[in-house]
Amino acid sequence: MKRAIVLLIAAATLALGCAAPAAVTLPRFDTGVDPSSWVRVPAGDFLMGRHGHRTAVNYDYEIMVTPVTNTQFAQYLNSALAAGRVKIAGNFVAGYYPGDLFHGYRHEMRIDAGDYPYFPLNDHDSRLTFDGRTFTVKPGYENHPVTTVTWFGAKAYCESIGGRLPTEVEWEKAARGTDARPFPWGNGITPANANYYNSHDPFEKGIGAIGNTTPVGFYNGKTYDGFATVNSPSPYGLYDMAGNVWQWTADIYKGVHYRYLRGGSHADYGYNLRVWTRNSVRPDYFGPSIGFRAARDVKK
Amino acid sequence: MNALARRFDYLFHSTRGLVLVAIAFIGLVTAIFGTLSGPMADLGLKDISVRVFGMQLVEAEREARIIMLYHTIAMAVIAIETYFITAIVPMKKSQQTNINAAITVGYITSLVFGLLFAYFGRNFIFHGLFIFGQSLIFFAGLLLAKALWPWGKDYRQTNPDYARTRGGIDLERAAFFTMAVCTLGSALFGAIPGSMFGNGFESFLAEDVVREPHKTALQLSVIGHLHIMLTLIAVALSLILVRWVDFKGWMHKVSMPLIIAGSIIVTLGVWLVVPFEEIAHIIIYVGSVVVMPAALLLVIYAWRKFIRDRFASLNIKKWGFWQGVGALLHDPLKFGAFWQMVYMNFVVTFVGIFMAIRLDKVMRMMPLREERITLTGHWHILAGIIATIILLYYADLSGLKGRVRQWFGWLVIAGSDLAFAAVTLFETKRLYVTESAQQPLVNITMLLTDIGLILVLLVLATFLIYRLADLFRSRGRWASELAESRSEEVRQ
Repeated sequence: MKRAIVLLIAAATLALGCAAPAAVTLPRFDTGVDPSSWVRVPAGDFLMGRHGHRTAVNYDYEIMVTPVTNTQFAQYLNSALAAGRVKIAGNFVAGYYPGDLFHGYRHEMRIDAGDYPYFPLNDHDSRLTFDGRTFTVKPGYENHPVTTVTWFGAKAYCESIGGRLPTEVEWEKAARGTDARPFPWGNGITPANANYYNSHDPFEKGIGAIGNTTPVGFYNGKTYDGFATVNSPSPYGLYDMAGNVWQWTADIYKGVHYRYLRGGSHADYGYNLRVWTRNSVRPDYFGPSIGFRAARDVKK
Repeated sequence: MNALARRFDYLFHSTRGLVLVAIAFIGLVTAIFGTLSGPMADLGLKDISVRVFGMQLVEAEREARIIMLYHTIAMAVIAIETYFITAIVPMKKSQQTNINAAITVGYITSLVFGLLFAYFGRNFIFHGLFIFGQSLIFFAGLLLAKALWPWGKDYRQTNPDYARTRGGIDLERAAFFTMAVCTLGSALFGAIPGSMFGNGFESFLAEDVVREPHKTALQLSVIGHLHIMLTLIAVALSLILVRWVDFKGWMHKVSMPLIIAGSIIVTLGVWLVVPFEEIAHIIIYVGSVVVMPAALLLVIYAWRKFIRDRFASLNIKKWGFWQGVGALLHDPLKFGAFWQMVYMNFVVTFVGIFMAIRLDKVMRMMPLREERITLTGHWHILAGIIATIILLYYADLSGLKGRVRQWFGWLVIAGSDLAFAAVTLFETKRLYVTESAQQPLVNITMLLTDIGLILVLLVLATFLIYRLADLFRSRGRWASELAESRSEEVRQ
């Protein structure tokens, strides 16, 4: 009898662990933060990296207040497709990239000029659907950051709006300001500051600790269905510079085909959200926790 | 007063007492600092630990803190292995006393002040004491190497059953000596860049820079250091097991030269990573291929011996296969220590080889953070397996008998292997599931890992509490162990 009870408990525990996530009803919240807004980051030195190296940025630049949303990216894909700037190639929206210089380093992958994937069509993780003519945002995800976009796609979007991807230096300065803080808002991290692994936001319900994206600008001090957030912008007023989605940056380094990502995501532990943390992956990679925002030069 | 002195005598002068103290330190450090990350932090224990102990955790110092933590635990493990070695390899009593004294003061100083420096405010006197402790450990290593010197006339091998040269040099002793010298050199290999920390060289975790094509000489040195130290800790433990089972015969004669040659080749290969990274990897592979058959022969010998000893004790002359298996499994402590060596291949070696062979085709297709999880899981398992082998060996040394021996052994084996298998699945999860579909797999592997680790930790905690309670008994187990220790001294 005892053995049967033990076995039953063990089986129930395993079954609970293996259970598929329940059907998710996506909450909808208006954060009030405008995803089409930009801020200016003034020229000047800042402390870069974990060790706080003084780094010069001798020009002003502008950067988006939030990551690019699904709505914004769907609009871009539709207009670019209509204008013939992108094409459908197999299971992807693809476009031209002029290629990288190849240095023949160990593990370096050759990236020649040619068409490269921007965005997968009807991928399970994608928040956009494609009916053969038009891209549409899945209901509820309109103001969430776009994900499953490759570095090529992110770059193309930024260029389509007259901008570019931020460099790592630009990204980190925009996140950190001029002091040595580890997070955009200050020194510590709590579930009220950002969307990270097991941070208990309303979008984790039914999915589990890995969670889901949250609407851009979600952590702005508002309370959503009882979930209270702390206003957590960077010193320049940017939101989502820690957590929610990793963000592509522009740099291409000698001998490395990887592109670098910053900011951490809903799938990472809090320490990965520190402003200096780097991630890297091939430029044609896409995933449910990778997005981007654009930067642009200041017109004189 | 005399009672206290006798207990102190047991804890700091007998091998079993010294090992018990070191295991208790490791257990305490693991229990407290394990709450600061992973599932324990998720459960909110991190905040409690930080508040209760008054820790000062600066985000930018996280990596450096982890480096200090690894070192403090590693020093205690090295101390444990040193106690075993000084107890089982013939040497003068004064040498054993000096080595054990130096390493004990060294690791405790290093552990206490290293953790105070890392987690409780950066007091540089504490840092100085941390370095002083490590220096004492290095000094103890020098004394150990001298004590293990294999060319002296006092320790010639006269028994033809054991590996020896024509001149009678004991090759098993030579293997211990080689391991000690390689360890000393490899410690310096890490100490040199370590001494540059704060003087232009910055702390980093190896798993964070694996994709950087340009690593500095000091970075390569640190990466080499951590790999070779773990390898040599494993070699030292294998040699301790060699003594435990009285390894001898043709397998011993084949294995000892392999261990000596393999240790030297792997160590040199790692040192050559700095100037010749590409060639160095080939040398390391060659060294590994040389040393691993020796470990295989040791396991075969040990298991055959356990089976034969069991049947001999039962006065049985002939037996079938399944009877043999039963005899092998009869003693979980002895079987388990060697089983863990075999199991390591499934959860560490084979996974590592797969990752190396499929690096560009599989591992480097993923984001760095995924590869990082695989790497950290990989070496945590290796370190964990080494710890369980030490525990099983120590439990035998402590004279666990009967049901307690069975429960202790099987729970450690089952708990740890369950956890290691679950971690292996977790760390390689991207091979089977996508990121968005991973949660059920993560849940189950984390649950199984927690169950396994909690089992092992509960067993360890029970054992330590029992030993602690035993110290309050005037004629406890400690007293008989101390008496045994004394009689061994008289015999020497």
